[in-house]
Amino acid sequence: MASKYSNMTVKAYRRENGRVGVRNHVVILPVDDISNAACEAVANNVKGTMAIPHAYGRLQFGEDLELHFRTMIGTGANPNVAAVVVIGIEPGWTKRIADGIRATGKPVAEFSIEQNGDFETIRAASWAAKEYVHWATELQREECSISELWVSTKCGESDTTTGLGSCPTVGNMYDKLLPEGIYGFFGETSEITGAEHICQKRAINEEVGERWYKMWKAYQDDVIFAHQTDDLSDSQPTKGNIEGGLTTIEEKALGNLEKIGRTSQYIDILEPAEMPQSGNGLYFMDSSSAAAECVTLMAAGGAVIHTFPTGQGNVVGNPIVPVIKITANPRTVRTMGEHVDVDVSGILRREQTIDEAGDALIEMIVRTANGRNTAAEALGHREFSMTKLYRSA
Amino acid sequence: MSEIPHLLVHEHDDNVGVVVVEGLTAGTDMLCCVTHDNSTFRLTAGADVPIGHKIALKDFKEGDTAIKYGEDIGKIIADIPKGAHVHTHNCKTKRW
Repeated sequence: MASKYSNMTVKAYRRENGRVGVRNHVVILPVDDISNAACEAVANNVKGTMAIPHAYGRLQFGEDLELHFRTMIGTGANPNVAAVVVIGIEPGWTKRIADGIRATGKPVAEFSIEQNGDFETIRAASWAAKEYVHWATELQREECSISELWVSTKCGESDTTTGLGSCPTVGNMYDKLLPEGIYGFFGETSEITGAEHICQKRAINEEVGERWYKMWKAYQDDVIFAHQTDDLSDSQPTKGNIEGGLTTIEEKALGNLEKIGRTSQYIDILEPAEMPQSGNGLYFMDSSSAAAECVTLMAAGGAVIHTFPTGQGNVVGNPIVPVIKITANPRTVRTMGEHVDVDVSGILRREQTIDEAGDALIEMIVRTANGRNTAAEALGHREFSMTKLYRSA
Repeated sequence: MSEIPHLLVHEHDDNVGVVVVEGLTAGTDMLCCVTHDNSTFRLTAGADVPIGHKIALKDFKEGDTAIKYGEDIGKIIADIPKGAHVHTHNCKTKRW
């Protein structure tokens, strides 16, 4: 059924595989930590490129290594990225990541440092990067339906105002745009604790709900209970949450879950950094509740815009995905206004309804997709944090 | 609503509400609003409570359950009079 959202369009980049991106990055991607320096040198040589340094990629194995590859490939494959230069210490894993990104059809060049050294690698990679910048900067935005956006969410520095205002705003947006055909992502597995009975029921059917519960229980048993101290080391809720008035994990979880609105149901469950394979709809991604890790995983899963409700004022950004900050806390608006894209503090004053706030967020999603830089982009927040499952060999 | 509310309550079943103004002082005659249907009531704040923090809507006894969003959010671990501050000093998760 057509709604007032059905005809909304954005000006965005149509990629080789048909997906729609809202940014046009040329990324210099290190396979491993020791290739960061070469990548940063290339990005310094060639303006308009961006290196994404990170801490891992050596001596990983098993599921942890698979997650590393998935995160690297997903980051390069994201439609917000026009072209990628991949640099690794040796050619094997470098090729694996480059080939994974190449499957999207976008231009990818790969270089390895062994038997070349940093100088020769940087020289050759800089030539490739420069060609990509010339090519990418001539690409034109074109009109695309809002339904083609993949929009993720994760909240941070939550307080009681997130459950009252900013999270229901995101939920309202999903209730309106998921029926139009967008893909949605939510996650933060440990943070659903206290509301798991409700989250399980929000699955599209019992089978998906049972798989969700098994995934949640495994995180609880293998990560939380295996390593917890008596009070989860002040990590759920965090000290910031408690300062903001959240007392228990149950209270935090119930507020968190407001992000999926009143009517939205998730259709499938994703491994960390996994790309959706079940068509349009809402997905739960098994993920940490740490802001940068979670946004990094969802960006690798293919989200092109992230909506980030905050209470006390989380400042996180991402290198390739614009992060839209929404807050209902008037103190945060007053003291940290430079980080806020959508001020919904009117909800607390009962001057703005959740429906109006949801429309304000949709308008900001459209403007962001059209090219408006978010607060996090303007302030240079490019946090890229890999999730690691266990120690390296 | 012409007057700005001091306290928001999610559901009618809730027994705690959230302070949504800065600088709330003890003795304030608070306008309280239940967001579920925008119905209102009044309650006197029993303490200076920061924005975002919770206030008891009833007298609690140790062992009671705090209800917010119409759901169990933890156990009360000390007696709390109506109007007082509810937080980590008198309310705790049932999970760990």
